[in-house]
Amino acid sequence: MLSIILTSLTFIFTTAILIPLFMVVINVSAKGVNQLKFPDTFTQLPPPPGLTEGGFGHAIIGTLITLAIASSIAVPFGILSAIYLAEFGRGSKIAYLVKFSANVLTGVPAILCGLFAYSVVVMPMGGFSAFSGGVALAVLMLPIIVRATEEALLLVPNEMRQAAIGVGSTRFQMVISIIIPAALPAIITGVVLALARAAGEAAPLLFTAFNNNFWATDPMQPIATLPVLIYFFSIIPYKASQDLAWAAAMVLVAIVLIFSIVARLAGKQKAFYS
Amino acid sequence: MTTFDDIQDKVPAPSLEKKISSDRVLDVGFWGLTLLLAISAGAVLIWVILQTANSSLPAIQQFGLGFLTTMTWNPVTNIYGVLPQIYGTLVTSFIALLIAIPVGVGVAVFLTEDFVPRYITTPIAFAIELIVAIPSVVLGLWGIFVLIPFLRPFFQFLNNTFGWIPIFGGGAPRGNNLLVVGLVLSLMIVPLIISITRSTFEVLPPSLRAGSLALGATRWETILKVLIPAGLSGIISSVMLALGRAMGETMVAAMMVGNANRIDISILQPGATITGLIASQFGEAGRLQVSALMYAGLVLMVLSLIVNILAELIIRRFQNIE
Repeated sequence: MLSIILTSLTFIFTTAILIPLFMVVINVSAKGVNQLKFPDTFTQLPPPPGLTEGGFGHAIIGTLITLAIASSIAVPFGILSAIYLAEFGRGSKIAYLVKFSANVLTGVPAILCGLFAYSVVVMPMGGFSAFSGGVALAVLMLPIIVRATEEALLLVPNEMRQAAIGVGSTRFQMVISIIIPAALPAIITGVVLALARAAGEAAPLLFTAFNNNFWATDPMQPIATLPVLIYFFSIIPYKASQDLAWAAAMVLVAIVLIFSIVARLAGKQKAFYS
Repeated sequence: MTTFDDIQDKVPAPSLEKKISSDRVLDVGFWGLTLLLAISAGAVLIWVILQTANSSLPAIQQFGLGFLTTMTWNPVTNIYGVLPQIYGTLVTSFIALLIAIPVGVGVAVFLTEDFVPRYITTPIAFAIELIVAIPSVVLGLWGIFVLIPFLRPFFQFLNNTFGWIPIFGGGAPRGNNLLVVGLVLSLMIVPLIISITRSTFEVLPPSLRAGSLALGATRWETILKVLIPAGLSGIISSVMLALGRAMGETMVAAMMVGNANRIDISILQPGATITGLIASQFGEAGRLQVSALMYAGLVLMVLSLIVNILAELIIRRFQNIE
């Protein structure tokens, strides 16, 4: 009897999680599709308060720019650190501490990455900027990339390292021409997952990239991004702005879901060693 | 006829030593670069902590530890304290855990214990992982415009029927309240608990399960008395990580908690969280207020470091046993 109750409980719990998930996806796509007006939504600026029409092209560009800044910092930094952890310092005290710190950094709330970027970049430079937003997102992405790349490198069989050293390559040549190509699909998965995570974060951008109602591409100026735009537009009492928030939510969810699914598919793709 | 010696004379011998030394420089340089960057990557955490502490110094000097027990947040008189925010953060996280722990462990059991075939569990597991990918600001938007209107009658019902219990009491229930934030947070942390608990169950030695079943235990006796105790450290660390995530989640709290600077025993009333405070106040903050917000961030940092380091240590101890 007890086991029947428990078994049905697990079924109920599983359904109970799936329902809100489907509700979010359905609501966002239904409300979002209604508001999408091609091509205005993607090419126009938001309307002044009280008026209708318009779009959020500037926020899409802004999201791409901040992500580009963040990945140009976090991707080389993260991959090279992971190469040390997996190839040169495997099992060392330094590697242990760095991994520990990266794991803890993954758990640090995203908003604190924003506070950090505020006090390191915004305060000395005297204003909000796309660059500071990139720095905040880079802090967020770094531990994800380090961990994913390290795991990817550890999966490369040791025979390949021995073979490379055996034919006389240096460790640099081994890593660059043998190990990295072998681990590339898994590394790309990690980077894309980090990008997907960063693309959806509003909290670190609130007081770094801030917001901008106009087209901006200068990295030293405040810039609009999709998550921050959704936040600001959802808490003001104008119907037109709220509608735009839903459309932006749909675009953002689509971007993030596509990133996550692509990342998982890329990870499934077999590297040549397996 | 050309001999080998002739050819060898004509072809200049490659300067072997020069090549080796440039390779060697590159090799050592690369090693040094990766070492330097690895150490810097490790130091980022310390840098983040120190920088936040440094920026909150003026507020620490001004308010000291009294900051943690003060109920006021007044930019006019420049008196700041975060007691209501600490309370709200703990209450919403507690509600989230209260729901997410049984649900998460239950679903993890459902997905690993072969109640239904793999071709059903695999897509379900994939769908649950996708919840993590939904940006929190989108969940906040959904919460404001869909979930709160939907739950309003339910809040009213709780208040009418169980109003004599203080946590459901207070005046008329509000849409923005601690309970709804806890609910959405539980949705956000459940996938984390599921995925870690699942992998814990999957790495348990098969002999445990086989031994228990051979002794005549039923499936649920095996799950409750053998598998869950054996995987307890994994479950606990997943709960710690989930707690850390719930405390640090910003947008859902900022958009739905109501940002009311007060402590109300009723979870159907608006409250505040540390993250919501930082997100909603930072825009128009003056110098001392920015410092006070940094101090609030530091409090959050300490809370999240404690749970994350505990989780990490538990996971590592568990892995060493494996």
